Amino acid sequence: MTDPLALFWITCVFVIMLMIAGLYCIFVTYNLIRVLIGLELLIKAVTLLLVVAGYANNHLARSQAFVITLIVMEVIFIAVAAGIVIGLYYHNQSLDVRKLRNLKG
Amino acid sequence: MIVEIIILSVLMLAALWTVMTRSILRSAIGLAFVSVMLTYIMFRLSSPIAAVFELSVCTGLISVVFISTITLTFPLSKEEVLQHMKERLSRFWYLPLILILVGLAFSLAQVKLNLTLPPPEVEQDVRNVLWKLRPFDLAGQVIMLLTGVYGVLILFRQVRKK
Repeated sequence: MTDPLALFWITCVFVIMLMIAGLYCIFVTYNLIRVLIGLELLIKAVTLLLVVAGYANNHLARSQAFVITLIVMEVIFIAVAAGIVIGLYYHNQSLDVRKLRNLKG
Repeated sequence: MIVEIIILSVLMLAALWTVMTRSILRSAIGLAFVSVMLTYIMFRLSSPIAAVFELSVCTGLISVVFISTITLTFPLSKEEVLQHMKERLSRFWYLPLILILVGLAFSLAQVKLNLTLPPPEVEQDVRNVLWKLRPFDLAGQVIMLLTGVYGVLILFRQVRKK
């Protein structure tokens, strides 16, 4: 039988690593689509944390309800953000954040 | 627990590949693979309904949204690609190092979690939790969905006008 708290701690380590990967992707890249991919990785880390917390607490139904809500939010966020990225691309002909200087000053 | 650690390691490698790979299309495919691994973990941790949502929505729909977005943009020219490759390598090579160091540091730290676990939940059915205990979550989801639809409509109308 797996100790839930031991599994929780090990999963927390992977959640932290996943968050670092997502944050690194957001901070280092200049491509807008890759920024969205980094944000997706951060959301995946939160999803994983919710699931393992529900498993460790033995509150599986509640954690699944939270995860479903999070997934709905995630899809809407990505759809709108992808629309904004396409709009910016048509406006500037580039996805490079360094070239988005229209609002400068 | 060994199986869970193996799956989590594969998930982490897929996430690393997603961040490090040069092509954005491969990056989107890597993200879908991360979702698949997360789904498997969810099944292993007795959360099958959330796992089905993750598999159908995150692996399927979000990958389609990303690939459509990538398809709607033009690729870089050869000179830009060469310049981009030189820049990328210098910016991204720190990530595996940071991840290994953080993973080792947290794994070797002998943390004893003395958490007091709450009593097991009374309601065991996700449907009852969603519809009876947390109806405001559903109301929030509906409002977010309508907001998302409205936002996408406005964005695409502006693009069409141009």
